[in-house]
Amino acid sequence: MTLSKRHLALLALAIIALTVLPTMLKTYGLYLLTLWLVYIIAAFGLNLTVGYAGLKSLCHAGFMGIGAYTVAILMKAGVSFWLATPVAIVLCFAFGLLIGFPALRVQLHYLGFATLGFNLLLMLFFRNEEWLTGGTFGIQNIKRPELFGYSLMGNLPFYYVVLALTVIAGAALAYLLRSPWGRAFAALRDNPIRAESTGVNITAYTLMSFAIGAAYAGLAGALFAPLVNFIEPAPFGIGNSLLFLLMVVVGGSGRFYGPVLGSAIALLLPEYLRFAKDWYLAVFGFAVVVMMIWLPGGLLSIKETWQLHRAKRDVKSARPEAA
Amino acid sequence: MSVLSVHDIKKSYGAIRAVDGVSFNVEPGEILGVIGPNGSGKTTLFNSILGQIKPDTGRVEFEGVDISGKSPLALSRLGVGRTFQNLQVFSKLSLRDNLIAAAQEFHGGLWGRIFAPSDNGVGARADEMIEMFRLKHVADLPAGSLSYGQQKLVDIAMAFMPAPRLVLLDEPCAGVNPSLVDGLRDLLIELNRKQGGSFVVIEHNMDFVMKLCHRIVCMVEGKVLAVGKPAEIQNNRAVLEAYLGN
Amino acid sequence: MTDFFQLLISGIATGSIYAMAALGFTLLWQAAGTINFAQGEFVMLPAFAMLIGIAAGLPLWLAFVVAVAISVLVLGAGFKRLVVDPMRGSGVVAVVVATLGLSIGLKSFVKAGYSAEPHPFPSVFSEEVFKLAGVTISYSDVGALVFAGLMVLGLQMLLNKTITGRAMQAVAQNTFAAEALGINVKRMILYTFGINAILVAVTALLITPTYLAKFDMGDNIGLKAFFAAIIGGFNNSRGALLGGVLVGVLENLAGAYLTPSYKDGVALVLFLAVILVKPDGLLGTPQERKV
Repeated sequence: MTLSKRHLALLALAIIALTVLPTMLKTYGLYLLTLWLVYIIAAFGLNLTVGYAGLKSLCHAGFMGIGAYTVAILMKAGVSFWLATPVAIVLCFAFGLLIGFPALRVQLHYLGFATLGFNLLLMLFFRNEEWLTGGTFGIQNIKRPELFGYSLMGNLPFYYVVLALTVIAGAALAYLLRSPWGRAFAALRDNPIRAESTGVNITAYTLMSFAIGAAYAGLAGALFAPLVNFIEPAPFGIGNSLLFLLMVVVGGSGRFYGPVLGSAIALLLPEYLRFAKDWYLAVFGFAVVVMMIWLPGGLLSIKETWQLHRAKRDVKSARPEAA
Repeated sequence: MSVLSVHDIKKSYGAIRAVDGVSFNVEPGEILGVIGPNGSGKTTLFNSILGQIKPDTGRVEFEGVDISGKSPLALSRLGVGRTFQNLQVFSKLSLRDNLIAAAQEFHGGLWGRIFAPSDNGVGARADEMIEMFRLKHVADLPAGSLSYGQQKLVDIAMAFMPAPRLVLLDEPCAGVNPSLVDGLRDLLIELNRKQGGSFVVIEHNMDFVMKLCHRIVCMVEGKVLAVGKPAEIQNNRAVLEAYLGN
Repeated sequence: MTDFFQLLISGIATGSIYAMAALGFTLLWQAAGTINFAQGEFVMLPAFAMLIGIAAGLPLWLAFVVAVAISVLVLGAGFKRLVVDPMRGSGVVAVVVATLGLSIGLKSFVKAGYSAEPHPFPSVFSEEVFKLAGVTISYSDVGALVFAGLMVLGLQMLLNKTITGRAMQAVAQNTFAAEALGINVKRMILYTFGINAILVAVTALLITPTYLAKFDMGDNIGLKAFFAAIIGGFNNSRGALLGGVLVGVLENLAGAYLTPSYKDGVALVLFLAVILVKPDGLLGTPQERKV
């Protein structure tokens, strides 16, 4: 990805806005904004697996759960957040590799079910292993960390840490996608058979797309735990995994900024509209159906879909004259 | 040493002997054509060489190394390229990215490529190919949006991108507009002269094969009926009979 | 040992209910290439339809008949016309995403519009038990087994013995050839969607007394149906039956003898084991890798 000047300017503007704006927000607004960033990190990872490498993953919330529980459990055991987070990321990476293996064996659509089943298994683990996870009661009072002696207990300092990590995570992803890896992922997505005969090691790239995607969820989970101070199994269930997939698709899968838009629509708005959440999700679910019919490329593809539509119409209207 | 040697390949499907003891060699720099009427076993032979199907008996050697049953990835790494009969491009990537994707994995290690420049050093070569195939005007369009003929050219160019020492071409003329066939032939001759390497071409278009290939293997009913220079094949009675039939 | 037989019988009963949902799932895939991720919600909706019918004073059997009718209309014809048909040609993945959206939409709609709580649901069969050779068997297990068995057998008969059924199979195996033979492909596909709608309604009738009517009851039943279908073989309708029964029995046995808390994970483990050994399922035939 090469950045145009306009793109750079807009990006700088967005980051400045995200730096200044929160000073004017109240507690709940700030919480939502932080949550949005956390979801964006997770969705960045899923977009790599789903949008760029073209694999179906339906256990992203589960990966996020692994990250959140790892950090919560380690912090309760007295381990520093800054040590626990890398552990969470590595653990998720390892689980991603593990889940990637069926991907090599099975036909594409089975993969969705395999990952869904894995998420179910994780939920059972979170619920049943009370000695470790606190069962349905979860783990309470997860403290926010300190950084260089400064406490991040306050909402604003913690927000800035999350913002910084989001920018770093996004930049790392952009760097990866810009490298030959990005093209190899796309080759894997567009035509695995051709990719293999042109020297693309599809085993390695499949596993990596899963593992890196999971690692992003691990980071998101690690930030989620101290953000909400309390974790329980519910947010890491199958329902949220489906929402994660939909938010990548709705934003525009395989588009870098797709997850930014998608996570606002699929996870942030329902949280904001808490009292009407279920109605909102009902409308959202049906809207996805309509979107897959009219705009399968996601919201960020509106312009191209419209151009394509017009081009087709022009061809249609031009045809009688040519004949 | 021959670039490719095929020893006594046999493959049966039930009672049908698709390939029945085929052997031949391909020499360095040679363009070898494989012809034969429908059902003569060309495709089975082709897939056996590429390890897509496992022959009942026989051996395939590339530069003296046994390559029977090797994966497409292993073959490509050894220096064996191939084209596809039906269109196989990366449809959402641009034409130029298609060509780069076809060669980038041959340079550096997997991990090193994360930190490599985006084109991994093969961008210039891709531009050369684009120039040679006269596709410059569409180089930045998604490959999936190109015409059938253009995609066919992309498919062929991709096979040549990593400069393989052996390329297997699976019916390069299939579906190509007859008026463009001569141009395609000239391109392949130029590629052969410029970057060397040996080609094996499976093709129905007799005129194309006769003018392109140095040597031709004619197969009938799973067996090699005749091997020789185009002129010899053209004048071979048995070949004529097999084609004109009954 | 008598415990074992009890578990076996109730496992077969539950498994045959899974098999029905799985069967509908494979039929849709075969006939229309539709992978329906909302299959679980398709079971949940008729359950609520019956619940509303009962609340309005209808006897269970009448509520069931009404639910089947609504199901055929909405989940059969409606689903095909409004969701599947407009997406023809956009590929399997688009349909998968759309049905995922549908799944969330339906779940949330029921949760917001009706209730988030689980509701008890009357059983068609008596809750009483009887003893046979020392083994305690419940009437509802036997009833479920017989009912589901009859449904599946009847469907097999329909598919194999009647002209319409053979035409449906022809469509499933090769749409183009079927069309060339003069079969009304569109109608056959519509029938398939109708059959799926009936299957999910019957599944709802049999499983809701144990699962309770809840907006997210489909998560579990849907997942079990998917796994059963794949374990048995995605392209074989008898496979769904085998897969369903296997899942039902093994999770019952694992729940009793290994660990009750991970009972729901059995289907996944079985699924992984099967696809590692035989990727096309136990009764499936290998499919060519599509280019």
